Amino acid sequence: MTTIEAPASREVPYVSAVAEAFAQLMREDPAIFIAGEDVALYGSVFGVTRGLLNEFGPERVIDTPIAESGIMGLGLGAAATGLRPIIDIMFMDFMGVCMDEVVNQIAKMKYMFGGKAKIPLTIHTMAGAGTSMAAQHSQSLEAWFCHVPGLKVVMPSGPYEAKGLMVAAVRDDNPVIVVNTKTILGMRAHVPEELYEIPLGKAHVVRPGTNFTILATGRMVGESVRAAELLASDGLDVEVIDPRTLQPFDTETVVASVKKTHRALVAHEAVRFGGIGAEFAAQIQEEAFDHLDAPVGRVGAPFTPVPFSPPLEKEYLPNADKIAAEVRRILGRQA
Amino acid sequence: MTGISTDVLLDIHRRMVRIRTFEEEAGKLMESGKIPGALHLYVGEEAVAAGVMVHLRDTDQITSTHRGHGHLVAKGGDLKRMYAELFGRATGYCKGKGGSMHVSDLDLGMLGANGIVGAGPPIAIGAAFSNKYRGTDDVTCCFFGDGASNEGTFHEAANMAALYKLPVIFICENNGFGEFTRQERHQAIHDIADRAAGYGMPGVVVDGMDALAVYESAGEAIARARRGDGPTFLEYKTYRYFDHVGVRGMGVIYREDSEVLEWRQRDPINLMEARLAEQGLLSPEGAAEVHEAALADVREAIAFAEASPFPEPSALMEDIYTLTASAGGGA
Ligand SMILES: Cc1ncc(C[n+]2csc(CCOP(=O)(O)OP(=O)(O)O)c2C)c(N)n1
Ligand SMILES: [Mg+2]
Repeated sequence: MTTIEAPASREVPYVSAVAEAFAQLMREDPAIFIAGEDVALYGSVFGVTRGLLNEFGPERVIDTPIAESGIMGLGLGAAATGLRPIIDIMFMDFMGVCMDEVVNQIAKMKYMFGGKAKIPLTIHTMAGAGTSMAAQHSQSLEAWFCHVPGLKVVMPSGPYEAKGLMVAAVRDDNPVIVVNTKTILGMRAHVPEELYEIPLGKAHVVRPGTNFTILATGRMVGESVRAAELLASDGLDVEVIDPRTLQPFDTETVVASVKKTHRALVAHEAVRFGGIGAEFAAQIQEEAFDHLDAPVGRVGAPFTPVPFSPPLEKEYLPNADKIAAEVRRILGRQA
Repeated sequence: MTGISTDVLLDIHRRMVRIRTFEEEAGKLMESGKIPGALHLYVGEEAVAAGVMVHLRDTDQITSTHRGHGHLVAKGGDLKRMYAELFGRATGYCKGKGGSMHVSDLDLGMLGANGIVGAGPPIAIGAAFSNKYRGTDDVTCCFFGDGASNEGTFHEAANMAALYKLPVIFICENNGFGEFTRQERHQAIHDIADRAAGYGMPGVVVDGMDALAVYESAGEAIARARRGDGPTFLEYKTYRYFDHVGVRGMGVIYREDSEVLEWRQRDPINLMEARLAEQGLLSPEGAAEVHEAALADVREAIAFAEASPFPEPSALMEDIYTLTASAGGGA
């Protein structure tokens, strides 16, 4: 396992980082194939599989019918019998169509069979609002899957994470759901050309700080760094942590930070109620109660489906300003 | 055109023209960034919606798809409220909360355009069940694509519809593609109507560019459902002129331009106008008037939408739950 720290040289957009990870992994391991709707000839509607069909052919890059249960079951059956499938579910919302495969079959086969099965399956999907795609194409449903024993869940916050976490996910011998955020697919950052892994279950301190901890997932990592910059002018030195993997969750790194800063807030784009932030906040309070100077704050979307109309969607979405405002509110309450 | 009244013929023509005009103008507005999000346009497939919907009452239901504008226009949707919805305005059918993929009018029996492929069939059998349960002779028309016919939801619904003899008509709009995947690459059969036999209902293959063929086949199926004789599967072979999303139709990687041009030769509106002219029922000038009237209506609708306000931010948290009088503590 190599985690390569980035000398800023090769800037790559998120979408290409994913495509590169797929190609390099497929070169390395002939047991890997990728299946999904319009992933082959069209290179996926998001462009994440562009070029794969040319290099690996239709046996390994497979356009499927629109049949999410079938596609997901195909992945499970193949994984249980020696292959290492990557299954693309175009929009995370469509996971609703294949929940039995994911929750009752994929997650549980190993345990139910007394540990005998090995399910090296990666599910790749796209979450997030902000594109005027309305209630059925904009959700962030990662908490659903974090709640199911047997599944692992990662949520990349940028191109470097997207490639490194994908490599770790595909090489992992368990089902891993990779939740990308469609609105950061164009984000550019340094991405090493070679294959590298970001270990699953390890959080990353994105921005070190001393007097407040923001724990943010996916797109909210970038928003939290911006919030930290806004708060710096108030004299606050905010630490931003990206858990990278939501399940399993790296409690240790986060708790160490909170013991240092004494205040924390969790931020995600998903609906706040029952979001993964609720679990994170609970763990922080369990593990670091005596170190906390204020209740753990939470920023997430309000409890409503994602609206279509742009002004409503803007109102809906968490962002740097809302995160900064919540930090100020927490500090105000504490005073 | 034997046995079809002139009024009905002209009505079908008018509905097709209104759909086409609605869609072409909407496409331009999306491409210029005035309409947010993604539009899946129905241009090329107008004969299906028009030929079916002319049989329906307001109390008959339909379930639609992501490509739903044409269905609602043909069902009698108010163009102003439709455009306002596409623009995300408070005056829209869904108060701006749904947009193109969810534009609906329950008062017209439209149970939703839908963002989830294959979501319609199970909902349609529920509406049909309700019609039967409530003792009406209303029917439910379930529109879905060739791509959607591969979702398990369709198969489960088809089985139940036939089993319970529900007044539902499965209307498969086979435009040859699910997104960018050609039919022969997403299913091993050519006629999707073949699937009907497996569920114990009649399956019919019809030329979906011919509005009269649509009208006649749909009429029979709808009458059968109204009589209580159960569901029918109608497959309409048709074609979408534009890309899966937006207006670009030619120069795309998944089909030849020549194929688009070939289908356009059998354009449903041209075909209808030629026939109407032949019968002396509609002159070229008369047809032009229909187009002009549709364009005037569409322009008025666009002006209405653009002049309409966006929803207030407070609307974000409204309409999530129904306030139930009997729940939670009474008076
Ligand atoms: C459950 C689900 N899977 C995938 C999609 C993405 N998607 C939207 S439209 C579409 C193609 C649908 O094809 P078809 O049913 O033939 O309808 P058409 O677009 O041709 O009218 C796909 C795959 C979706 N919206 N919902
Ligand atoms: Mg189709």
